[in-house]
Amino acid sequence: MNFDWSNLGDFMPAFWDGVLVTLQALLGGSLLAFSLGLVWALAQRSSLKVVSWPVKAVAEFIRNTPLLVQLFFLFYVLPEWGLTLSALATGILGLGLHYSTYTAEVYRAGIDGVPAGQWEAATALSLPRSRTWIAVILPQALRRVVPALGNYVIAMLKDSPMLMTIGVLEMLGEARQFGSQTFQMNESIVAVGIAFIVIAYPASLLLRALERRLVR
Amino acid sequence: MSADTPLMKEPDANPEGATPTGSTTDRAELIRFTDVTKRFGGTTILDRLCFSVDAGKHVTLIGPSGSGKTTILRLLMTLTKPDEGTITVGGQQLYPASEKQCREVRKNIGMVFQQFNLFPNMKVLRNLTEAPVNVLGLSKDEAEQRARELLDLVGLADKCDAYPTQLSGGQQQRVAIARALAMRPQVLLLDEVTSALDPELVAGVLDLLRDIARTTDITMLCVTHEMNFARDISDQVLMFDSGQVIESGSPEKIFGDPTHERTREFLGAVL
Ligand SMILES: Nc1ncnc2c1ncn2[C@@H]1O[C@H](COP(=O)(O)OP(=O)(O)OP(=O)(O)O)[C@@H](O)[C@H]1O
Ligand SMILES: [Mg+2]
Repeated sequence: MNFDWSNLGDFMPAFWDGVLVTLQALLGGSLLAFSLGLVWALAQRSSLKVVSWPVKAVAEFIRNTPLLVQLFFLFYVLPEWGLTLSALATGILGLGLHYSTYTAEVYRAGIDGVPAGQWEAATALSLPRSRTWIAVILPQALRRVVPALGNYVIAMLKDSPMLMTIGVLEMLGEARQFGSQTFQMNESIVAVGIAFIVIAYPASLLLRALERRLVR
Repeated sequence: MSADTPLMKEPDANPEGATPTGSTTDRAELIRFTDVTKRFGGTTILDRLCFSVDAGKHVTLIGPSGSGKTTILRLLMTLTKPDEGTITVGGQQLYPASEKQCREVRKNIGMVFQQFNLFPNMKVLRNLTEAPVNVLGLSKDEAEQRARELLDLVGLADKCDAYPTQLSGGQQQRVAIARALAMRPQVLLLDEVTSALDPELVAGVLDLLRDIARTTDITMLCVTHEMNFARDISDQVLMFDSGQVIESGSPEKIFGDPTHERTREFLGAVL
């Protein structure tokens, strides 16, 4: 294998575009996964079977099919239903939807982990249901789930190259495009690999620090 | 709050209006259990239980472990429902009743738990203001003023900005008592409020409750294993066994001269 680091200079503009797209996908995917997951978790707790049951079934289905298949489905089928999104938006939707089924489980465990005494104290004070959720239960549950949610952000980062398959030019996509134009793959691939570590490692350190602060 | 004020002894059958002390509602019946049955799985915990508590009285529930004392308080707090029978509080039915009606009755009842159950995500002050603001509709300022007065009463005026986990067990329990009082309930339910505390912290909490019993007209229902405390504050002691009240009377009578064999056995074991 020969490395010619001078090639890297030519790759840099595309590389930075790719970094930006990867971060966008990660941010969008995370926000979607965090918010949808909470919706699923609350819906699954609903005493109305018509709400809880379909949500459980769909979440189970999404969790047990590959992300890649879901991305293809969204990319090829949504336009036929009249919903045309950019490749990046489709990718964010796919990542967010897929990971929301995992974060839902995380939220569920976090909510279940709030001691029954907290519900009872809220009832004893006559706090309305909505207030109990907002002021008592969710703040305690969310504090517990931050570390686990963070782990899924890192997992999502590592799944983000899959978006390449639907034409999103994130880091790996840029590297491949650069390679196919210049027939120089080695240096750009290494650069992308390093970029993943440079993003993921500090993120996990940050998480651990957050975990130490939150879990007491 | 002089420590030697004697407990006000209520003369029996004193005609209404002729009493110089207390309001006219003093003698009114506030809580009534009628034929309340509660089962868990196959076991009957409360078996057609009947008893009543008059307004302003301090009633202690005693009985062996598992006799259903906690269950009775939880029924009143609507944390659990009876299988049969009726419960009324202040003439209003608590069971059977609509959720709306339950909510109205519940506002008049406060509860202090064995494990304190303070909200750990809120500072002490907000633990006390959360419900007055969101349930009673007090303004933030009113609620905070009320909270500060109560924290002063329980001797924790300097802990407004602490989180519950930064307090000792005894301090947490005093905050929990203040939190319940912040709702100005008619009835205060106390379930073994000192049994999770280190021995040296028990006296402080019991003294506070003695003060509250003496200086307010709040109706108290307490479950306790602290028999000296029960003797001090109670107007009436109810002895539970096998899902029913097997004996009731003044603390002097129950602790001094119990008639029922089971009561004698029980007191023999705990005293
Ligand atoms: N949620 C529940 N599910 C099943 N059984 C229960 C439940 N709550 C209480 N019980 C049972 O009901 C009985 C009475 O319980 P309760 O807590 O009222 O007793 P207690 O008189 O307060 O006892 P202790 O003095 O030990 O606190 C016990 O046998 C207990 O195991
Ligand atoms: Mg009990």
